[in-house]
Amino acid sequence: MADKKTKKVRARTPMPHQDPKVRAGNFEEVALGYSREQALVEAERCLQCKKPTCQDGCPVNIDIRWFIACLVDDDLEGAFNAIRRTNSLPAVCGRVCPQETQCEGSCILGKKHEPVAIGRLERYVADTYAARSACEEVTDLAACALERDDLKVACIGSGPSSLTVAGYLAGRGIKVDVFEALHEPGGVLIYGIPEFRLPKSVVARELDGLRKLGVTFRTNWVGGKTITIQDLLDQGYDAVFIGVGAGLPRFLNVPGENLVGVFSANEYLTRVNLGRAYEFPTYDTPAYRARRVAVIGAGNVAMDAARTALRMGAEEVSIVYRRSEDEMPARREEIEHAVEEGIKIRCLCGPLSFHGDNQGRLKAITVQKMELGEPDESGRCAPVCLEGETEQIPCGMAIIAVGTRPNPVLLEATPDLELNKWGYVQTDPETGETSIPNVFAGGDIVTGAATVISAMGAGRRAAREIAKRLL
Amino acid sequence: MGYKILRKEELIPGQTTMMVIDAPQIAQKAKPGNFVMLRVDRHGERIPLTIADCDKEKGTITIVYLVVGKTTAAMNKLQESGEFKDVCGPLGKPTHIEKSGTVVCVGGGTGIAAMHHIAKGHVEAGNRVIAIIGARSKNLLLFCTELSSFCPEVRIATDDGSEGHKGFVTEVLKDILETEDDVAEVVAIGPVPMMEAVCRVTLPFGTKTTVSLNSIMVDGIGMCGACRCTVDGKTLFACVDGPEFDGHKVDFAELKTRLWQFKKQEEESMELFSKECHCNGR
Repeated sequence: MADKKTKKVRARTPMPHQDPKVRAGNFEEVALGYSREQALVEAERCLQCKKPTCQDGCPVNIDIRWFIACLVDDDLEGAFNAIRRTNSLPAVCGRVCPQETQCEGSCILGKKHEPVAIGRLERYVADTYAARSACEEVTDLAACALERDDLKVACIGSGPSSLTVAGYLAGRGIKVDVFEALHEPGGVLIYGIPEFRLPKSVVARELDGLRKLGVTFRTNWVGGKTITIQDLLDQGYDAVFIGVGAGLPRFLNVPGENLVGVFSANEYLTRVNLGRAYEFPTYDTPAYRARRVAVIGAGNVAMDAARTALRMGAEEVSIVYRRSEDEMPARREEIEHAVEEGIKIRCLCGPLSFHGDNQGRLKAITVQKMELGEPDESGRCAPVCLEGETEQIPCGMAIIAVGTRPNPVLLEATPDLELNKWGYVQTDPETGETSIPNVFAGGDIVTGAATVISAMGAGRRAAREIAKRLL
Repeated sequence: MGYKILRKEELIPGQTTMMVIDAPQIAQKAKPGNFVMLRVDRHGERIPLTIADCDKEKGTITIVYLVVGKTTAAMNKLQESGEFKDVCGPLGKPTHIEKSGTVVCVGGGTGIAAMHHIAKGHVEAGNRVIAIIGARSKNLLLFCTELSSFCPEVRIATDDGSEGHKGFVTEVLKDILETEDDVAEVVAIGPVPMMEAVCRVTLPFGTKTTVSLNSIMVDGIGMCGACRCTVDGKTLFACVDGPEFDGHKVDFAELKTRLWQFKKQEEESMELFSKECHCNGR
């Protein structure tokens, strides 16, 4: 054992990336993925701990130790199946999960060295497995003993939480119909996360995997409008899962916010991602363009919006954030990628007002300079105004990415649904069940804007409970 | 699988068209005041259009549109038995309709179609409905026959005087408000300047005035905030808080500015479209 202590731990295998200067001008994926050799080298760094803390750190509890062991043995199918047992969207999670605070954040190796690059390995397994055309997407389908065509479940919304519910239940032989309001399924994976971070082809592949399990996607069906929860129960669905996402964008409520050129991140990203405005005019949906762009907020959505604006041709893009860089809620990796691409970070300033020209178009933002004060209820240092210190940031476009509030469409149509004090759906934390029996909810409509994987965790909890009751 | 066009009728050739679309799930739920988001094809933009009528039994909805840009021009190329890639709805809050007495419904341009659906709702609720419709000239009037079939009082205004009052709908409206003392509500749907003018007329009378805002939308379900408008000093979303609002509280100047946001891109799209071949192989 003595030499284990002294053994030099190899450095984490770096991820190959597109060159920052090149990628700032295209929408192709930034991170290129490991080669087989790189994946094996990285997999061998895993200590195969007796108590795999990484697995506890994963909201969907992937048997990480096992999948890495398979990988070391060059058993790709075994690795894929190990992941797929608890995660219906491995190619997505391998790309967009905040691994640093989850699996990798709990990796023992990470205590003294760099943690195993679990996310990158997950992505490698999912991508490589899918690329092998000879492989069936789901190998245990025929062996499934629980084929029950008398049972059906409806999911409202087709984002990560619903897709998880669908994958879990369909894998156990239950019929799942997913109702999506937009014209393409995938929820935030399609309208929110840009192509350069999560290619649509990857989402399409995961959706196809679910279709092969018998999941049906019905687009242009708005929960609460085209169909209500009561309609679904009346139509004989044994359970309903609500995964409608976060909803309405928040604005700052400062003067000039409705000027032409001021957008919510949701609008901007939806136009570019879902409407494919980056291919305008081949695709009809336009996106506004400006030479100088300011993005207000510093979460992952803000980073996505800023990097998108850069790719849409802006010459200068700044992130405007009222706290300091240490408090930024975005993933470190995303901030680094943004900075590498040339995005400016302006910390400790908060917008006071937006100013327009005589045609009502944005031309500048006045910001209030801040300093950091005592920690607030969020645990982060609160921004405190430096009285009288303001600055003008000239820009032709501003994108506001300061979060969301509950979308009222389904909630208003479902008066029996109990809401919490923030207006989100109240659920049993163990089962995900709402105040309406056999109606479950999960994801952002329960927690407010969070991550893909936490929505998937909620989906998994609800799906497990639904399966327990139905089977 | 798309949404089939069962009937197409050019109400004003090259300008205004009516389509009856097979969409049973939407027809089942549609109420006056609701709208749909639709997309012509795979490359299409999502655009909002008010539901002008619906037939729950036949499972159809009716839309009326004015050819103004690329999307509506592309719609006009679709033929009967052709289909829309996507139709989503019914969206927005339906018109608040209750038995309240006399309701004056003012419609202009394609807004007459939406107004006619709302007027129908008010008639069904037992209200006395006076409809006022306006256009530049007689041959540009829409839904005259349809309105007259259920609404006994239809007043007409044309700019050139070729039918009814020579002048604006607002003049007819003012006349009604001066002579009738029990108008419970005025509903105005049409171009923004018309709705704004109606609100100016009704304000001194203190008559409740409802307008339907045709803001730019992307998803139509509250997600994007593109359709935000200022009503009573507050920012509201036309798609989920509206599309109908108290006209006396709407910031029309802001609405007008915001409607022009994508003018440059719209022109670019339209120019490209007009250069393409649209003969459909003929």
